[in-house]
Amino acid sequence: MSESVLYEAPGPRAKLRARYASAATGLVLLAVFAWVIYRLALAGEFTYDKWGPLIDPGNENFTPLWTLLGRGLVNTLLAAGWSILFSLVIGTILALTRVTAAAWYRWAVVGVIELLRGTPVVVLIFFAYQALPVMGIDLPVMWSLVIGLTAYNCVIIAEIVRAGIDSLPKGQSEAAYAVGMRRGQVMVNVLLPQAFRAMLPALISQLVVVLKDTSLGFTISYPEFVQRGETAIENLGNPIQLYLFIALIFIVINYTLSKVAVYTERRLSRSRRSAATEEPESAAATGD
Amino acid sequence: MQVLIDNYHLYLRGLGTTLQICLYAGLLTLVVGTFIAGCRVAPLTPLRAFGTAWVTVFRNCPLAVVLFFMAFGIPALGVNASYFVFGTIGLALYTSAFVCEAIRSGINAVSPGQAEAARSVGLGFGQTLRLVILPQAVRSIIPPLGSVMIAMIKNSAIAGAFGIGGDLYAVGIRQSSAQGEAIIPVLVGVALGYLIITIPAGLLLSYVERKVAIAR
Repeated sequence: MSESVLYEAPGPRAKLRARYASAATGLVLLAVFAWVIYRLALAGEFTYDKWGPLIDPGNENFTPLWTLLGRGLVNTLLAAGWSILFSLVIGTILALTRVTAAAWYRWAVVGVIELLRGTPVVVLIFFAYQALPVMGIDLPVMWSLVIGLTAYNCVIIAEIVRAGIDSLPKGQSEAAYAVGMRRGQVMVNVLLPQAFRAMLPALISQLVVVLKDTSLGFTISYPEFVQRGETAIENLGNPIQLYLFIALIFIVINYTLSKVAVYTERRLSRSRRSAATEEPESAAATGD
Repeated sequence: MQVLIDNYHLYLRGLGTTLQICLYAGLLTLVVGTFIAGCRVAPLTPLRAFGTAWVTVFRNCPLAVVLFFMAFGIPALGVNASYFVFGTIGLALYTSAFVCEAIRSGINAVSPGQAEAARSVGLGFGQTLRLVILPQAVRSIIPPLGSVMIAMIKNSAIAGAFGIGGDLYAVGIRQSSAQGEAIIPVLVGVALGYLIITIPAGLLLSYVERKVAIAR
């Protein structure tokens, strides 16, 4: 932290002042919070009608609501799982062609990467949904979502993997060539395993992005978590409660995933002497 | 491709609306994001906790959920405005968490030795901050902040999916769904519209990045 060296360590009086200021800001924040609660109560947002289906197992709507949302969550996880799997495979292939192939081919790959990276993911999903049937490919709606998400994320994963390969010391491939390995063997047996290890945290963070983007399935009526929430709201008329609940579930899952990423990063950097020198720009850091 | 040529004015207007959303949301998100970043490095614990909570919520919650909340949750509380306003605010709130983290990482990236050296040659707090820390922080903030802004431009399409009328994505949806135009040229047009913004922005960004990069 650079701030701490900007000024001397606070003395007893400055510490006391800081304590008063903390208490005051804490009170102000509490007051704002209380006001929000008051406004919500005034608008009748704390009635049993609106919360009952979510929290009271005795409520007639409790079981159908939880079943509906549960199925939605399963669909979300399913689409996210397939997307990340395909993105990993295709992304790795893209990264390898970009690293090894001839120049003109490499430029073609770079072009594809730039095109897919610069297009909004929701456009790609919609494209997959509307254009594939025109081309004579009829797939269940989940695959439109998976294809859209894969198109968007495979190029990001390709960049992550490429940065992982670049970050390895040159001696690794030189040593492998020296013992007589071929190009493909060097890549598959020596470079890729290390690159994946180095990039594991970035890949886990990317999972958060895919999971969040799965919620765009609502644009093509894929029955994922958010879309199911929509259906429930139409019947129960409690948008605020359900959105808060849906947001909470997403935050819990994604927060856990990012903690896992941080934990993995710490473990890997402890055991590896040459940590990845250049971290690629992952979408997780930009809110993509 | 005839659709694109015949309706080029619609696409141009869509591009304009998208840029307008991004301009408003961009300004708002810079203000909010800087404020939250200030909270996160503040010496007062409640402010820090508030900043951390803000970032955790908006970073982990899908933009679609934020926008749904703006579209249907807030009006249920009796606050009324056009969806252009709600959508733009939702986009800005979501992006502010990433702006905050970009700014914070920029401040943290200045090595403490810089401040220590400044202190040791006798510069005061204000001088240290103004002459040594901030100029370096600003330069390392530019690349991540630029990426956040490009991401925001692309995310504005999601606000279009909620029916901010007339932005680039909404134009495409309207043409393909309501007017039954051939889907592939329409979507190629929409994608081109976004690429016209994002690819030059990315090139500009890497140029600026090379210009202002500091060897550490």
